[in-house]
Amino acid sequence: MDWLGPDEWQAVALSLRVSFWATLAGLPPGIFIAYALARWSFPGRQVLNGLVHLPLILPPVVTGYLLLLTFGTRGPVGSLLQEIGIVFAFRWTGAALACGIMAFPLLVRAIRLSIEAVDPKLEQAAATLGASRPWVFASVTLPLILPGIIAGAILAFAKAMGEFGATITFVSNIPGETQTLPTAIYGFLQVPGGEGPAMRLVLVSVAVAMTALFLSEIIARRIARRVGGA
Amino acid sequence: MTLSVALTHRLGRFDLYVAFDAPPGLTMLFGQSGSGKTTVINAVAGLLKPQAGRVALDERVFQDSARRIWLPPHRRDLGYIFQEGRLFPHLTVRQNLGYGRWFARRDTPRESLGRVVEMLGIGHLLDRRPALLSGGEKQRVAIGRALLAGPRLILADEPLAALDEARKAEILPYFERLRDEAAVPILYVSHSPAEVARLATTVVALQDGRVARIGPPSEVLGDPTFAPAGLRGIGAVLEARVVAHHADGLSELTAGGVQLFLPRVDLEPGRALRIRIAAHEVTLSLQRPEGVSALNILPGHVEAVRPGEGPGAIVSVHTPAGRVLSRVTRRSVAALGLEPGLACHAIVKTVAIAPEDVSGAISGADSATG
Repeated sequence: MDWLGPDEWQAVALSLRVSFWATLAGLPPGIFIAYALARWSFPGRQVLNGLVHLPLILPPVVTGYLLLLTFGTRGPVGSLLQEIGIVFAFRWTGAALACGIMAFPLLVRAIRLSIEAVDPKLEQAAATLGASRPWVFASVTLPLILPGIIAGAILAFAKAMGEFGATITFVSNIPGETQTLPTAIYGFLQVPGGEGPAMRLVLVSVAVAMTALFLSEIIARRIARRVGGA
Repeated sequence: MTLSVALTHRLGRFDLYVAFDAPPGLTMLFGQSGSGKTTVINAVAGLLKPQAGRVALDERVFQDSARRIWLPPHRRDLGYIFQEGRLFPHLTVRQNLGYGRWFARRDTPRESLGRVVEMLGIGHLLDRRPALLSGGEKQRVAIGRALLAGPRLILADEPLAALDEARKAEILPYFERLRDEAAVPILYVSHSPAEVARLATTVVALQDGRVARIGPPSEVLGDPTFAPAGLRGIGAVLEARVVAHHADGLSELTAGGVQLFLPRVDLEPGRALRIRIAAHEVTLSLQRPEGVSALNILPGHVEAVRPGEGPGAIVSVHTPAGRVLSRVTRRSVAALGLEPGLACHAIVKTVAIAPEDVSGAISGADSATG
């Protein structure tokens, strides 16, 4: 790929890495919270629902600043984590955290919708056949919500690829460490003669987004055929 | 093995208090919708936790609220056949059948897959997914899945209610075989008197959350004071034995020495079966009728007359074949002077006996009275 300069290539690679980890790390808590919101009634359910959706409504800059306050090296969580060697501030891991938090509501929404579409009667049937709760989830619920999980993951990945405000506020725009695709485009546009590289990165963004969408369609269709449309 | 159930449950204004024992064989929970049947079976399965009660299979206690014992459904060793099949859509028929075996305890005696597949005739479906099966096929797979889980108790909640008449006729014989061959008790929920007559060993009739009657089907269905399934559901059950098949499509049977003709029955001569005779299909006559088209004439005498709230009355007639119920008008009761002790004849058209009212072979072949 010689038409991308080393700086540009670095930004693309970093964005892919950040988005991948943001999505992957978001999946287990995302599935758990989606399940809790869809199936359990407990005190504070609405509060949890609100918290999950907060990044969607808040200005991204605010989310980024709150992350900086909490996970910065002097923040309550950040200083604790620093003692065991985990640092988020101004590292690529911080970018992944910011992108993960911003993408989380989309992930949870998609998975929650698919869990609500699973007939609890099927889970009851599995229980009468001897499956304990965790087994029912693993052998019935999880396979049936797989399309929803994949849709949510693709959506979260695309959101993470495009995340700008929270990332730049929390971890700044350091080439090679925290400079992702959107912050790189923004950076190029700030200097004279940067339109060329910016345009190339824009094309890469469009290509990645289209590929993700295309892949999700294929996977969803294959799974729907397996389940037989039922 | 005997299942014993005693439950109290209140849900809004509905209040359930039920206690009964289900001996080996098929115990039918019988009643109209809203009588509490499904609540009871789900409490036995553990899908619903009743407020108080005790459910035990022999000495295995599923629930005992006094001792704070509660076994979750997956530890009750059940085979539950649901009305809608509830097959897992993401698994093939083979995987659905095998689902319960993954979890079955090693010491439970297991049916072999081959035997169950052959009995249910589902060998050609094994690699299909449930979405591609017909309603009857789905239900047969659901029966197989329940059997292969190695159950110590089989539960069935209106397993035929979602099927049309032809599919019902296809599935009913499997339940008859299950009742005769399975070593474990079967608890079966139904609102259909025909299913009670064909399948039940014991009937537990529920009404408004209470047990209204318990007994063999001939006793419960033959009770003229009791119509849990509505007026058209009233009808007595007779046991009869096949004598011969005739060339004109009729089968000749005998019940307590009375000759009966039915549309062709698929059993060899000598085998016993049950027939439900709907009360609204029975005509009464004081003299032995001559020159009528009806082929079945049962002599007897009036046992009781029970006027209903409308223009009708239920007359129970004692015949050598067993008790027959007839629904006639109160006007006819007056015109014929029907009263206990009066000799009369019960007349039933052969074609009025529907196929679903005729059972497969039953054991205890020689007694011909109910």
